[in-house]
Amino acid sequence: MARKITYQQAINEAIDQEMARDENIVLMGEDVVGGSGSDGEMDAWGGVLGVTKGLYGKYGDRIMDTPISESGFVGAAVGAAASGLRPICELMFIDFMGVCFDQIFNQAAKFRYMFGGKAETPVVIRTMYGAGFRAAAQHSQCLYPLFTHIPGLKVVLPSSPYDVKGLLIQAIRDNDPVIFCEHKVLYTMEGDVPEESYTIPFGEANIVREGDDVTIVAFGRMVQQALKAATALAKEGISCEVIDPRTTSPLDEDSILESVENTGRLVVVDEASPRCGMAADISALVARKGFSSLKAPIEVVTPPHTPVPFAGKLEDLYVPNPDKIAAAVRATAGYNA
Amino acid sequence: MSNANIVPITMPKWGLSMQEGKVVEWLAQEGALLKLGDQVVDIETEKIANTFEALDAGILRRIVAQPDEVLPIGALLGVLAPAEVSDAEVDEYIAEFQKNYVPPAPEEGEGSDGFQFIEAGGYKLRYSKMGDGARVIILLHGFGGDAAGWLFNQGALAANATVYALDLPGHGQSSKALNDSSVQHLAATVVAFMDALEIAKAELVGHSLGGAIALQAAVDHPNRVSALALIGSAGLGAEINAGYINGFIAAESRKEMKPLLEQLVADANLINRTLINDILQFKRIDGVGEALTAIAKGFQDGSRQTVNLRANLEGLDIPIKVIWGSKDAIIPASHASGLPAKVSVTVLDGFGHLVQLEAAAEVNKLLA
Repeated sequence: MARKITYQQAINEAIDQEMARDENIVLMGEDVVGGSGSDGEMDAWGGVLGVTKGLYGKYGDRIMDTPISESGFVGAAVGAAASGLRPICELMFIDFMGVCFDQIFNQAAKFRYMFGGKAETPVVIRTMYGAGFRAAAQHSQCLYPLFTHIPGLKVVLPSSPYDVKGLLIQAIRDNDPVIFCEHKVLYTMEGDVPEESYTIPFGEANIVREGDDVTIVAFGRMVQQALKAATALAKEGISCEVIDPRTTSPLDEDSILESVENTGRLVVVDEASPRCGMAADISALVARKGFSSLKAPIEVVTPPHTPVPFAGKLEDLYVPNPDKIAAAVRATAGYNA
Repeated sequence: MSNANIVPITMPKWGLSMQEGKVVEWLAQEGALLKLGDQVVDIETEKIANTFEALDAGILRRIVAQPDEVLPIGALLGVLAPAEVSDAEVDEYIAEFQKNYVPPAPEEGEGSDGFQFIEAGGYKLRYSKMGDGARVIILLHGFGGDAAGWLFNQGALAANATVYALDLPGHGQSSKALNDSSVQHLAATVVAFMDALEIAKAELVGHSLGGAIALQAAVDHPNRVSALALIGSAGLGAEINAGYINGFIAAESRKEMKPLLEQLVADANLINRTLINDILQFKRIDGVGEALTAIAKGFQDGSRQTVNLRANLEGLDIPIKVIWGSKDAIIPASHASGLPAKVSVTVLDGFGHLVQLEAAAEVNKLLA
């Protein structure tokens, strides 16, 4: 009986199964317990969107509400990880990471290196990212390229319910700090998810769709947008291969390069700002290591270099959509040197 | 008055989850004289792309479904009829068929994918059941496989039998933690599965490791097994491709897995993205690595099989069929030679270890 659950339920199940397996795992963050002692549905709400609901009843003090002080509790999680626990630390919106860059960039990411390999920091920092929620410029960003830039951090962008469970279990079992980025628009997405625990290795891209004419590399929520574009383009006779790298660090360069070797054409779709983002990074990779296979200039589909607009119509224009992706694919498919 | 000599070619049902398929390309032209197993039309589903082979002999009188058409299972693809049937009769048959055809509604009372679970022998076992004939067949997959691997066989055999396919312990969606990993224990688990479903006697069809398990079950529980069909079977000789078994256990990525799976077939095109993903999804589940390692230890040591049941064939008083693909790269087809005369042996030329997938029509005919 294949079982369908949502992305959000898959996250909850991964945390639940891992906490049952290993008592060193603790969960901490703003409102991850949430309102314990209230009546009925309001009791222990489990995070701003209810992702961790139900865990407090099972694991009690291993689920900790923190003050609204990201620099404090992220630092505490990093320290706890370095001294024996395996914390899952929820930092509600990735937009708030700025106040704890030292704890993440300069401490967590560096401990293993600075202590000559003798220290491990098995912390997972879970965080929501992305536009589409009418949450304006300070709650809608895609800041994962910042973390991808820092050696010592692993950065995960799950794009489906199946992937989010397996990647989160992998993240929890990993002995290095992992920035686990959950797109808030995907929380309601349903898909087949095994009931048993399983892991998906980092650095193994998912070939979501096979094709021969154009390679589309897409991240996070953009994977579904790219698939919609690929379905529409198939009717025009353009066959697209859609690659979801799953993790930006480590990055599965081989799968991307091998696909471009076959297709000769590349479109990169990224919801992050265009400058110094994944679209620029993947384009540079292929231009450098896959130049001889390219038959056309690389196309990228990203938002414009502006803050995420609050006005709904502008936000919709801002985020890459299947039409824009299809237009980029047509441009590269139609290019003749 | 529809002519009994007219035989429809319809959209096959490959696997429990298949609802529809796309016609990719006709490989036979109108007017072609087809015999059983001839390549007729390429069909693509969500799960797999494969060539549909002729299930009946006859002249392909009419191609009904055109390339790129997506049709539900059972829909009319083409019509076979002898030369003496007139075009008008063929037209009439098609009109009649289309008028009466109703796409099947999803079956009720089952999970969305048609699989069920049962507790047996200390395990939670996943299985599927097709057909309702008095004859009972149980399909046993090989090392690393699962019940869904019989997708080209289970439906065809279910035309006149009740056909079960189960996930052995450590495999598919059955329990992963094994109490014992020997072939004897796995055979006892199959009998426990029969007990749980109140199946007194069944024909066991086993592929590869599943063949050794079927044979062991017949040896240990002779009153429970009415016939055996052993396909590319383990347990009939010493040689085995240990590189495949050990590689399969170790492989973690698509890149490592693909060349291994390609050793299973003569035509590597059968190994597509979905198939590799399904195997990797299975392998990533907690406990699978340990289970596969233990099961492999239960029947091989280095490059030799340690379970040899060949000598038991003579003493079994039941019909036994042995089927092999001549290009089997996992267990050599030479193990089909020199068997007792009572064993009916067929080596199908040009196919690999997964002969039941590659030459489904021929294998189904042999098992029918």
